[in-house]
Amino acid sequence: MGKLVLLEKAGIPGIRFIDVYLASGGYKAVRKGLLEMTPVQVQQEVTRSGLRGRGGAGFPTGLKWSFLDRKTNRPRYLVCNADESEPGTFKDRYLMEKIPHLLIEGLILSSYALGARTCYIYIRGEFKYLVGILENAIREAKHKGYLGEKILGTDFSLDIYVHPGAGAYICGEETALLESLEGKRGNPRNKPPFPAYKGLYDCPTVVNNVETLAAVVPVIIMGGEAYARIGIGKSTGTKLMSACGNINKPGVYEIEMGLPVEEFIYSEEYCGGIKNGRMLKAVIPGGSSVPILPADLALNTAKAEPRLLSYESLAEGDFQSGSMLGSGGFIVYDEDACMVRNTWNLTRFYRHESCGQCSPCREGTAWMEKVLYRIEHGQGRMSDIDLLVRIANNIEGKTICPLGDAAAWPVASAIRHFRREFEYHAEHPEAIKNIRHGAIGAIQDRIRVR
Amino acid sequence: MDKGNIINHHLYVKENKPVSFSEDMLAKVRSLIGRYPAGKQKSALLPVLHIAQEELGGYLSVDSMDYVASLLGLNPIEVYEVATFYSMFYLEKVGKYVLEVCHTGPCAICGGEEVLQHIKDYLQIETGETTPDGLFTLKEVECLGACGNGPAMQVNTEFYEHLTSKQVEKILEDLRQKQEEDRSSKGWANLFS
Repeated sequence: MGKLVLLEKAGIPGIRFIDVYLASGGYKAVRKGLLEMTPVQVQQEVTRSGLRGRGGAGFPTGLKWSFLDRKTNRPRYLVCNADESEPGTFKDRYLMEKIPHLLIEGLILSSYALGARTCYIYIRGEFKYLVGILENAIREAKHKGYLGEKILGTDFSLDIYVHPGAGAYICGEETALLESLEGKRGNPRNKPPFPAYKGLYDCPTVVNNVETLAAVVPVIIMGGEAYARIGIGKSTGTKLMSACGNINKPGVYEIEMGLPVEEFIYSEEYCGGIKNGRMLKAVIPGGSSVPILPADLALNTAKAEPRLLSYESLAEGDFQSGSMLGSGGFIVYDEDACMVRNTWNLTRFYRHESCGQCSPCREGTAWMEKVLYRIEHGQGRMSDIDLLVRIANNIEGKTICPLGDAAAWPVASAIRHFRREFEYHAEHPEAIKNIRHGAIGAIQDRIRVR
Repeated sequence: MDKGNIINHHLYVKENKPVSFSEDMLAKVRSLIGRYPAGKQKSALLPVLHIAQEELGGYLSVDSMDYVASLLGLNPIEVYEVATFYSMFYLEKVGKYVLEVCHTGPCAICGGEEVLQHIKDYLQIETGETTPDGLFTLKEVECLGACGNGPAMQVNTEFYEHLTSKQVEKILEDLRQKQEEDRSSKGWANLFS
């Protein structure tokens, strides 16, 4: 079994409730942080730990915190991004459902380090049942004196509130999230100014993902240096991977960074291999926005080194032959998965979720969906394939927020690695009409036999 | 019911019926407003719209949105522009049970497309339609964050996962048989302390 750092206690019966959580050593990190350390020291430990944003971007957390404007007299805010909506990603939901106090504890420590007196958890509205679980955890923590005025007799006071969204993927982007938290449409803001200067209500704000903030707890307990020794290189610590698709054991797994992709997919400890003894065709390793990898490049890099679950290894080869760790939403496709249909499906998602602010994204996602739909439904033309690449190129990097990139990358990467499958669709409109998910002879060469 | 005489959009329903919350609900709204800094009561808009939709007929009529605007001291347009942005807010009448079936990637490759088709066949409605008895409305939604338990759907925001065609039939029949229950304990208003 790999080293469990975050989910170590998640399996304890009743751990959702504070008495059990306390009995198993819960809130020890808050005691240590608030009673024995200064806010600066807490932040230093986070910096030393090398912890990076677990929501997808992988930006060093300590560095992000260091940007916070501490010179003003305006209040500072910590906002927890629990708007988990990236297809393939369901790790934060798991963490909040199983062990909500771990998140609350992380929020207390992080707010203490940042000097925030108010913290909002922005959770997607579809996770309504988690609102009750989190509110209950907050109530319990307040009752035990870990929240509210003068926590543990110190001068530090904190209130945490849960704020539900209402169905909008874009609100996972931090500035759209802040707009939404202010009661507006989730239209991302231009940056700069960054939230660290002008965030919620124009006040200095840090927005971090659920898993990132929860990870502050083990960082404080074991110390930043010890945390940094877990993992590999600049990918320190552990990562929650949410595995789904055509595998035997979908679920949330905590892995030590650096675990080989092959072991993750095939070992009984994790995904347990491909369902029904089929062959692996492709993997999206970090949520639907990151480039898809064909089986050979998912398991090994272009340099024939084993591909590892780490920020660096998954990005090895850039977008020519690599991808990204992203949010850890690990989607596995077997030999029967149709790459054209899948790309159309995901593009439909981005078309639906584009906020409509930037023309390249608003128009481009709709255009790509239309073209992909006709290829998938036997009305495609050979020229459509390069057209898609051109549209994707004209979205990427030309929008206010990364949703444009997120919509462009799946299309560009699917064509890069599975071009023959797209061509087959365009060449054989009659043949593919009746194939919904088809193993098409022309593209078998990229399937890994195992 | 006349449609669309307030805003030039056919989806908006104005019933010209007075709407209001109970005293209890108004207290909840005040407490929600209190979670945000003074003068920032607009922040309470999303949670209050959730409550309004649940309490005032299962969808947001123009009347309900105007009422929410008055509660939060906003211009009605500030509420309309938000209500139209978020997919969980319904702007026209829906059935007693809203089936929101995930059709995004991971659910789709695990049998979600078949389940969706089966629901359509079983209820004899297309996406966006409501059964003639007013019981079920079918919607297709994007990723619900249940990818590991797919295919998934939500019925009035409750998760149903690991769906098969057979199970879906049973779920629909169970819902059909279900007596009126007190849903208030699960309601938005009671989730917030």
